[in-house]
This record gives sequence, C-alpha cells and structure tokens, in this order.
Amino acid sequence: MLEAFLDLLVPLVMAAIIDQGIAANDRPYILRMGLLLVFLGFVGLTFSITAQYFAAKASVFFCAKIRHALFAHIEKLSFTQMDQAGSSTLITRMTNDVNQVQSGVNLTLRLFLRSPFIVFGAMIMAFTVDVKAAWIFAVVIPLLCIVVFGIMLWSIPQYKRVQSALDRVLGITRENLTGVRVIRAFHQEENEAERFEDGNSILVRLQQYVGRMSALMNPITYIIVNIGTLILIYSGALRVESGSLSQGEVIALVNYMSQILVELVKLANLIITMTKAFACANRIQSVLEIPVEEKPSSLPDATSNDTPIVEFNHVSLTYAGAGAESLSDIHFKVMKGQTIGIIGGTGSGKSSVVNLIPGFYKATAGRVLVDGLDVKDYEPETLRNRIGMVLQKAVLFKGTIRENLLWGNANASDEDLYRALDIAQAREVVDKKEGGLDAQIAQGGKNLSGGQKQRLTIARAIVRKPDILILDDSASALDFATDAKLRKAIHELSDMTVFIVSQRSSSIRHADQIIVLDDGEIAGIGTHEELLSGCTVYQEIYYSQFPKEV
Amino acid sequence: MKKTNVSTSNVKKVLSYLKPYRLLLLLSLTFAAATALLTLYLPILIGNAVDLIVGPGQVDFAGIWTLLKKMAVIIILTSIAQWLMNLCNNTVTYRTVRDIRLAAFDRIQILPLKYIDGHSYGDVVSRVINDVDQFADGLLMGFTQLFTGVITILGTFGFMLSINWKITLVVVLLTPISLFVAGFIAKNTFSMFKLQSETRGEQTSLIDEVIGNQKVVQAFGQEDEMLTRFDEINERLKKYSLRAIFFSSITNPSTRFVNNLVYAGVGIVGAIVALGGGISVGQLSSFLSYANQFTKPFNEISGVVTELQNALACAGRVFDLIEETPQVPEDADAVELTDIQGEVTLTDVSFSYVPEKPLIEKLNVTAVPGQRVAIVGPTGCGKTTLINLLMRFYDVNEGSIQVDNTDIRHMTRGSLRTGYGMVLQDTWLRAGTIRDNIIMGKPDATEDEIIAAAKAAHAHSFIRRLPKGYDTVITEDGGQLSQGQKQLLCIARVMLCLPPMLILDEATSSIDTRTELKIQEAFGRMMEGRTSFIVAHRLSTIREADIILVMKDGNIIEQGNHQTLLEKGGFYANLYNSQFSV
Repeated sequence: MLEAFLDLLVPLVMAAIIDQGIAANDRPYILRMGLLLVFLGFVGLTFSITAQYFAAKASVFFCAKIRHALFAHIEKLSFTQMDQAGSSTLITRMTNDVNQVQSGVNLTLRLFLRSPFIVFGAMIMAFTVDVKAAWIFAVVIPLLCIVVFGIMLWSIPQYKRVQSALDRVLGITRENLTGVRVIRAFHQEENEAERFEDGNSILVRLQQYVGRMSALMNPITYIIVNIGTLILIYSGALRVESGSLSQGEVIALVNYMSQILVELVKLANLIITMTKAFACANRIQSVLEIPVEEKPSSLPDATSNDTPIVEFNHVSLTYAGAGAESLSDIHFKVMKGQTIGIIGGTGSGKSSVVNLIPGFYKATAGRVLVDGLDVKDYEPETLRNRIGMVLQKAVLFKGTIRENLLWGNANASDEDLYRALDIAQAREVVDKKEGGLDAQIAQGGKNLSGGQKQRLTIARAIVRKPDILILDDSASALDFATDAKLRKAIHELSDMTVFIVSQRSSSIRHADQIIVLDDGEIAGIGTHEELLSGCTVYQEIYYSQFPKEV
Repeated sequence: MKKTNVSTSNVKKVLSYLKPYRLLLLLSLTFAAATALLTLYLPILIGNAVDLIVGPGQVDFAGIWTLLKKMAVIIILTSIAQWLMNLCNNTVTYRTVRDIRLAAFDRIQILPLKYIDGHSYGDVVSRVINDVDQFADGLLMGFTQLFTGVITILGTFGFMLSINWKITLVVVLLTPISLFVAGFIAKNTFSMFKLQSETRGEQTSLIDEVIGNQKVVQAFGQEDEMLTRFDEINERLKKYSLRAIFFSSITNPSTRFVNNLVYAGVGIVGAIVALGGGISVGQLSSFLSYANQFTKPFNEISGVVTELQNALACAGRVFDLIEETPQVPEDADAVELTDIQGEVTLTDVSFSYVPEKPLIEKLNVTAVPGQRVAIVGPTGCGKTTLINLLMRFYDVNEGSIQVDNTDIRHMTRGSLRTGYGMVLQDTWLRAGTIRDNIIMGKPDATEDEIIAAAKAAHAHSFIRRLPKGYDTVITEDGGQLSQGQKQLLCIARVMLCLPPMLILDEATSSIDTRTELKIQEAFGRMMEGRTSFIVAHRLSTIREADIILVMKDGNIIEQGNHQTLLEKGGFYANLYNSQFSV
C-alpha cells in the first residue's frame, strides 16, 4: 500500500521536473528530482518485498490451515455422510480446490491490496492537480468497476461448472485405475477412452466458453480508459488555453490515467485465477458445512456381571436413501465372554447388525445397548476403544507392519504384537517378510495377498485386547485349516466377547449362540443343535455346505 | 532463459503438442503484433497532442481534433485485435491440454499392470488432473503475455530510436539488470516448485488412502494419528510452497525497481536533452510512457517465466507418465481368437513379480474343453498370480500358455480376454446405475437379457428392492451394497456375456452358501462344454471339479479329483477335514 502511494508520487515529481526544471532551465533541480525518483523506487522495493512476503506467508498458512481443517472435518463425518458425499469429490476438494484457493488468496493479497489504492489514489491525485479535469476520472472509474465486477460475477458460477466437469474427469481416471483388471478383462479400454473423451470435451467446452467472456474484459477496459484519456486531452487543451492548467500537469493527468489502465490489465489477467479461487472456496465451504454429528460424552457405569454386554432392543435400521428397512425388529442379548455366530444369506443384514455395535450407523428404531447403555450416549472414542473390529474388506495402510498393528493399541510392546500375530495366524506372514515387523506395506496393502491382509487386520484388532471382538466375514480369504486354527486360538481368549459373522456354518457351529438372519429379520437364535432341529433357514444353509451323507 | 536439459526436452514435447494448432498460434501472433504496435503508436499521438498544448492561448485545436479522431480509431482497432488474440490463445491452450490429458489417459489404458499395481492411484490421478491443470494455467498466461511482451519490447525499441537515440541508450543500458535479476530468481524458484509438486503428490496419496478407507480409520479411532501424519506433510508442503511463492513473487517488485531506475534515468537524461532542445516536451512525455512500456514486458516476462517453469515442472510429471513403457505391443499378425474351444495348456511356466523371489516355477497344466479346474492351496501360494497369467495381465517369464494351441502372446489381448469371463474377489463397481454395471461386457444388451442375467446370478430380487431398481445409482465402490451383493452384480455382468471360458477367483466368497449353490447350478449350465478355472477356499465349491490342483509355494503338489485326493490322504485331505474340526 505504501508502495502504491509512492508510485503515485512519481508522476507529480515528473510534472515538477517538466514544469519547473525544463521551464526554468534548472539542471541541479532536475538532478535532485531524478535522485528523488530513484530513492522512491528503492523504498518502494523494500516495502513491496515485505508485502509480498507477508502475502505469500498469509496465503500459504491460510491454506495449510484449510487443508488441516478439511481433513480433520472429513475424518469426523459419519459413515452415512461419507456414503452420500463420495470419496472422490472429497479428494478433489482437498487437493485441487485448496491449491486454487491458495494461489487466489496470494494474488488477491498482492494485487487487490495494491490495485484499488492505485486506481483510487490516482483519482485523488488527479483531483489535487485539477478538480475539473479530475471529474473525468470520477466517471471512468465506476464504469470500469461495473465492467470488472460484472464479468467476475458472471464467471464465478461458470467456474463452478468447470470444476464439477473436472470432478467427472477425475472420477473416470480413478475408476480406470482401481478397476483396471475388470476393464481389461471385459476389453472395455476403448469404451472407457470414449467416456473419458466425452468428459474431457465437456470440460474443454466449458472452459472455452468461460474463457471467451473473460477475454472481453481487457479490450473493454482498454477502450474505456483510453477514451477517458482522449477526453482528458481535449478538456486539458481547453483549460490550458484558458490558462488554468500547465502542460506538465496535463502530462501528469495522462500518466495517472495510464497507471489505472496498467493496474486493470493486471487485474484482468488474474481475474481467471481469482474467480476460480472463489468457486473453489465455495466448494470447500460446502464440505465444511456438512454438520458433524454431535458426540455425547457420558461415561459408562461399572459393569456388573449380570448386565448383558451387548443388547439389541427391537432394533430397526434404514439406510439413508434406501427404499426399505435393512434390519427390522432385531432383538437379542449377549453376555460377557460369549461367542456369537451370525449367519444368513447375502444381503440379509449380517454386516448391518455388527456395524450398529460400534455406532457406525445409528439405529432408526429401537436401541442398541453396550453394558446397559445406549451406544448413542457413548462418546465414540470410548466405545470404539473397547471394540476390536475386523471389516469385510481388509484394509492396511502405507507404513510398516508394526505401524499398522499399533493402530490397535499405540502402547503395545513387540511381545504383545507377536502374541496377537500368533492368535491371528499371521506370524508366518511377518516372518516371511524381509524386516519382520518393520517390513513396509504399500498403499492399500498391494504387496500382500488377500489372505495375508485379512490375517493382519485380525491381528490389528486383537492387539487392542478388546472387550468385544467383531469379525465381519473376515476369514473369507483364509483356507479352512487356517480358519479353524484361528477360531481355536480366539476361543482360548476367555473374557472376550466375540461376534463372528460368516457364510460358513463350520465357522460358527461352535458358538454359544447363533443368530440366523434372513432378509433383515431374525429367523432363529440358539445353539447349533437347537437350530439344526428347529430352524429351517439354518438347516438349508447347513446342508448346502455339508450334504447329509457326509 | 536458462534451462536444464530435462526442461528443454519438455519444451520440445510441449511444442509437439502445440503443432496441430500452428495456424491458430500464427493468428494469435499476428493479433498480438497488431495489438502491441497499435498500443505503442498511441503514446506518440498523445505526445503530439500534448505538444500542441503549449500554454494559454497557444493551443492548436484543429490539430488536436484530427489527432483525437485518429487515436479513437486506433483504440478500437487495438481492442478488437486484443480480443481476437485472447480467443485464439484460449482455444489453443484448452485444446492442447485436452490432447495431453487424452494422451495420458490412453497411456494408462495400455500400461502394464505392473506399473499400475506399483504406483499409488492418488499419484497417477494427481498427474492427470492437478498437474495438467497447472500446466494449462501456465500455458495460457504464457501465451497471452509472452507474445505481446516480446513484440512490445521490439516495437518500443524501434519507436524510441526513432525519437532520440541518446535516451534510448540509457534505457538499453539499464534493462539488462532487470533480466539478470529475473534470471537469478527464476533459477531458484524452479527447484522449489518441483519440491512443492512432489510433496503435493505425497499428500494426495495420503488423502486418497485415508478418505477412501474412512471406516477402518474410524473403527480404530486413528483420526488423530492420521491427522498428525497429514499435518507433518502439510507442514512440509507449507514450507516449500511459501518458498516457491515468495521467490517467484519477489521477481515482480525487483524488476519493478529496475523499471523505476529506468524511469528516473529517462526523466533526468530526457529533461537535460530537452533543455538542450534535443526533443520537445511532448516527445519527452511519450518517451516516459515508452520507458514504462519497455520495461514492463520484462516484468511480465519474468513473471511468465516462473509461471512457465511451474507449468513445465508439472508437464514433466505428466510426460513421465505418458512416456512410461507400455505393455508389449501386440504382434502385427496377432490372431483374433474366434470360436474358442477352451483348451488351455500351461507348459513349463515360470513367473515372479521380482526377480529375487521366484514364485511359480515350471508349472504344467492341461485343461481340455469343458473341464472344470479348481485351484486350492494356502493363502499366498500363487493362485491369484496364476489368474494374472491366464488373463495375460502379466506375461510369463519362461514357458508358455496356450489357448486352443496358440500361444497367448500371439493373439490379441482383447480377443483373449473377452474369451474369459472373470469374477474376482475384489469386487469392483463403477459409479453409475446398476444397469451400467451389468452391461459393461455387452453394452447393447436388451432389457430382457439384463434381467435374465441378473436372475441367473440371483441378483434380480435384491436389485428390484432397491429404491429405483436397475436405475439405482451406486457410488464408486458400491456404496451401500454389501460385499455379497456386489459379487452378485459382478457375476451378473459375466452371465450377460456368456464367454467360452470362465475364471472365478473367490467369486462367491461373500455369498451365502444357499445362493452360491444356485449360482453354481447356473454356472454349471452355462459352463457345459466350456472350460473354467475356479479359485476357492470353500471346499464345497471345489468338490465337483474335474481336476483339482493343490498349490503350495508356487508349485502344484497334488492333482486329481476330489475322491482320489481324499483317498490319497495328503495335503488336500488334511485341508478338507480341517473344516469339520473346531
């Protein structure tokens, strides 16, 4: 800003040189003023470097903060919200959009803090030179503002459209990487390329459309400013004629006008970045505005042994956006230390039942109780700390095996880790890897087979020494021998309440209680023998795997 | 402009992408030249006009009037030229970027799986999206400003010379400082921009990983842990960005400072020359505005240079991807397989992902048409690898795989792969409707065919219950569908195509056994006279197979059917019996 002010002094000094120096034939005066110009330039440099530094710092720090806030916010979103938002958009918003905002903020700070000062400063200076001639400025500047802001306002929503077209292109690219095997297996490479080309062309068309409008900005401002100059010269001529203005002053006025033009041209060049940044900022804003579901923070009472550790009280669940209930009227009790098997057909709601226990989804009717308290009243941290959960899809993260296992419990010793690995039958996985616990796992665990991943995820849950262990069909990639060993080892951990979700009746036949689900409803609860004699669904499942003659 | 060899070659590549738009570029250059020259002509006219305003009573109104008219015409012409130039630049930039993106995508389609398995998705995506985008910005700015800049400099120089050569000398002597400063800064910025873009890639892959697997993160309460890791990268990124942006942004004030020096120089020398009567005051005034315009392009060009460097760094990363060695191209005389019988022979096949760790060694298998081949074995024994080889996702290191007595390396990949119907354990669904997902292998399927396939896969009943049936939109990765439902959809997809050979890699692992039995039946009917490979842990799935291959550590240790293997009392028998124990 100070720099802008100094810049504004330059024409005045120049006017002085012309009017006094040349007119009076005063060489020393000219030199003195010339040095003054150099000095002004130098001071300007210092100011402006400082300003640039702070602008850069502010924008970078600001965006680092935004990224942090976004990341933290997204991590807090519930499963339902994540399902709705879709992870690929969230990812673009965190990366691309934030980058755009960063360059936008930087430029805004650099230019918007400078340009308006120059523009309005030039006007004020013009007034000090000559009030009547300066009225031209007063007309030209608002006109310019209308043009600049008009185009900006028009293009912001357009950039939003561009950005969502970009999202689509990103989505297609991602799909082609994650689904590469399927796409190639179906020989769909060409179709995919077509899809991509479509998305890409739409993007380009939009970009060009917006570009055409923004391209108007520069020429229009050019016309306005220069017509202003013409009028200035003409009226200047009139006023010099009448003797109320000097030649040098006319030059100063013309200079001011051209300074305005220069600033506006800069602005116009950056307007694309600016408007893009605005559009992106809005998209980020909309992510941040997804409300985080509030978290209660009551602590559970001490457990007495006769309170069921997990209780489902007439629970129903409907997923957001789904047509029908996924679970209806589920009602059962589990005592501490029991092993519970959950079995049922595909889509019968097995996973939904266990997802309710750690409160990943909220029951739409009825109550889910852990230690006699509604899971809705738990602070999620406290609740989830007591539960070891192994999901269907085995997911490991980039890092060493140790780092992955320590997720269960950050304070576990190597001894604890190995014990957990033994139970999960994953010891050999680690021993086979170079570096043992310190072996690197690639992103998404791509350097491990499905079975290896599953065993490591089980170990990760056991490291936590949870009160409740949930295995959500997490032994599906294991062969029967390993599966049997695993179950035996887990069975030896008394005290732990275990939920085993499985398709295999062999996996659950020894459970204390077996819950048979059919189409979201309980078709039977009991032990293997009870169910085999009384529950038709269970019989069908069992005999489909173990034909009667075996 | 100093550049390393790498960036010179990148420049060449960029130029080759620009080639198709030569004409537009030329047009743009012409308009740029017109704009610049007309813009330069204006100050002369203004100077002349000022000269006509000498003092009270000495104003030549008639002269001013004609000059003003002339100026108005020039202004309008300039604007039009400028607008057209912008349009050309826009078109060229966006089209070039489109071409580059397309090239990158096409390359992804033919990259060997080895590359895709070995790189994080986030990184590749960031190249195709972010880097290309940054490149577009740089290119656009580069065009608009570089052209006009260069022409303005040349033009100004000429005009200045025509007015007074002494003052011109002052300007010419002073401007190299500006170049020097800009060059110095640019050198420093380039490496910073590269660091910044690398760190961004790293951050993107973390984001991809964590947000893609939010459930696990939340289940283990690792939000804070992840946030710390994120912050660490974020902190580094912050540091690099700050340096990159700061360095690039001091270019501007520094060169502006040099400008001011020039301006002052012109002012002093000009005034003195004017004293001596060498030039008129009006000429001095035009000179001053020339001095401004002469140095300003340097300013802009130095800004553009940093911008272009950033763009080049990004382009470099994209080109790296585009130039990645593609999979072995098909032979010119590659056979298009039609009417596949389904005889599959593996002769002495050896394969490993990394040379140090042999995985499959000297494997021999023969499957006659119509046979059902089951592969069992402990996890990590190479079952999935075998499938990768059959589908030719990876090429064998030694030996050969033949289908109908033709080496699969001598047939087109497309015809080989369409010959197989594949259902994998890792179900993959795309964002789109259920219908889109089912018709992947046969886009022109009729409604009846789709429903028939869904019914055969036992997916029809659950699809019907979805809010919009077959038109229900599912998110990437299947969203709210259960693992089993996703598998059913994948099976329906294959059912629709009815390929002559079938690969099922744990295809029914998440489906309950009752449904599985029914699907098996459907497969059985479909598979009559067709060859199929089945990988499964569930032994009930395998029992009916014609040949069971028992694999361990990359070798086949037992081979036979269920009955003979049980009688043998070996590894398979052990495996089979274990499912009845606790």
